[in-house]
Amino acid sequence: MDQIFVTLKSGILDQLGRFLPDWALVVHSVLISITAIAILGPVTMMYLTLLERKVVGRMQNRPGPNRVGKWGVLQPIADGIKMLTKEDIVPLRADGVLHFLAPVLIVMPALLVFAVIPFGRNMTPVNLNIGFLYFIAVSSTSAIPIFMASWGSRNKYALLGGMRVIAQMISYEVPMVLAAVPVLMLTGSLSTNDIVTAQSGWGGLQWFALTPWGFAGFIIFFLCGVAECNRSPFDLAEAESEIIAGFHTEYSGMKFALFYMAEFMNSFTVSAICTTLFLGGWQGPGFLPSWLWFFLKTYSLIFVMIWFRGTLPRFRIDQLMGLAWKLLLPMTLANILIAGFWHFTHGWIKIAGSIALVIASYEGLVRLNQRYTPEKRVYTFAE
Amino acid sequence: MISEMQTGIQIGIYLVMALSVFAALAAVNLPNIFHAALAFIGTLLGIAGIFISLRADFLALAHILIYVGAVMTLVIFAIMLTQRLSDPNVRQHNNLSAPAFLGGLAFLTLMAKLIYTTPWPVKAAGTVPHVSVMDLGQALMTTYVFPFEVISVVLISALLGAIVIAKKDPL
Repeated sequence: MDQIFVTLKSGILDQLGRFLPDWALVVHSVLISITAIAILGPVTMMYLTLLERKVVGRMQNRPGPNRVGKWGVLQPIADGIKMLTKEDIVPLRADGVLHFLAPVLIVMPALLVFAVIPFGRNMTPVNLNIGFLYFIAVSSTSAIPIFMASWGSRNKYALLGGMRVIAQMISYEVPMVLAAVPVLMLTGSLSTNDIVTAQSGWGGLQWFALTPWGFAGFIIFFLCGVAECNRSPFDLAEAESEIIAGFHTEYSGMKFALFYMAEFMNSFTVSAICTTLFLGGWQGPGFLPSWLWFFLKTYSLIFVMIWFRGTLPRFRIDQLMGLAWKLLLPMTLANILIAGFWHFTHGWIKIAGSIALVIASYEGLVRLNQRYTPEKRVYTFAE
Repeated sequence: MISEMQTGIQIGIYLVMALSVFAALAAVNLPNIFHAALAFIGTLLGIAGIFISLRADFLALAHILIYVGAVMTLVIFAIMLTQRLSDPNVRQHNNLSAPAFLGGLAFLTLMAKLIYTTPWPVKAAGTVPHVSVMDLGQALMTTYVFPFEVISVVLISALLGAIVIAKKDPL
């Protein structure tokens, strides 16, 4: 069961090898992986929309979609047909090329990131030795299509949404990378495969999230990930109560659906990378196949994202920036120091030293940076 | 098998090079400055592609992360602050065109002279050494530790300068 997909692929290649030359076989091996990803991405997105609507519905005490098929399982397909047959409206003054290109380009980074995710044992599509850097680099480019969309629409609300996206994505990228640094430091590798292998102790349960520094890093990384894919409570870019729908105000039909697809694929890949870095990836006790462990952990993180959306109100823009620069960034820097100390010392020194470092960084970052507030004066009337 | 793969890869490299040159020409010739910035992003991605073909994948990804992810975003922000940014009637030349052309020509001759006078050791294909991230890190911490520290000091002073400029109340 564990290697079912790997066996399937090599079986197909064996059959093809009978009548194809060697070099064509290499091309086909690549093509099979690409096809699997190209199907997995959109299908994940389709069923994430259903999951989200069902879960949010349950949280708001209503059934959610339940008309198309049993429990609404055919709803995503009905939605797809609706989106494809809708009229495509382009504003008169819009910048035609950019307005058209933006939804096409935004799906590309979202799909490219799938290449380095270790879905299971021996199931990393491309085992890059700098896999994590690839993830960060490719996902950092996704701000530009969003900005193209907001600019190309020639709409004030869209432009406001676009400005918010850029500010938010640049700010949250910094703590996101720094939160992952302890993991990279201690595994000594940027390869997603090596990071998963480094968490294989204790019968597949030695996850980085179970150490103090790993837990802090996990929470910070996950929060930044939620902000990176513009999901609630960080969905200022499309805040429907303030700026209509933000950067995709002027999009309809399939173009709008492509933005939606990119957003859901991003939330999947961010959860997947978070699982890989901190929750042991596909590692787990042996009674379940490795890919099932991976999908279980990833979907629990996605469930938490939906839970956020059902529970938390939206941030204000200054709160959003303050959270990234004033809270998460100093915390990640302290976390790097503590992770190093925790790893290289032993016994009581480890615990006492780490606690001392936490207290010292708190004093240094919070107490010393407090703004001077004059003493409160009390005026009393003279008798 | 090897030769067919290699011709395929070579065609790919030439395509990427042609694309980046085309995007670079578009970046200087497009009348709309926002389109020009986007074309420049295309050039940067093409250069990253060339880095990958030279087996410098760390450099390629750092290039994308820093230039496309951060620098170009700042450039776009700066463009948002300019006036008349989508006016097609903006003149693309001013009276500094001739000095700029001369400067460009001088730089080009200098670069050409450097390129032609440098002896390039040519190795057989496939023997390009693969520099791993660990090699880079060790080189930065041992051989090149002094330049590395100087760059850190420069960056920190730039950061402090930005904070001083952005501070509301004077120090």
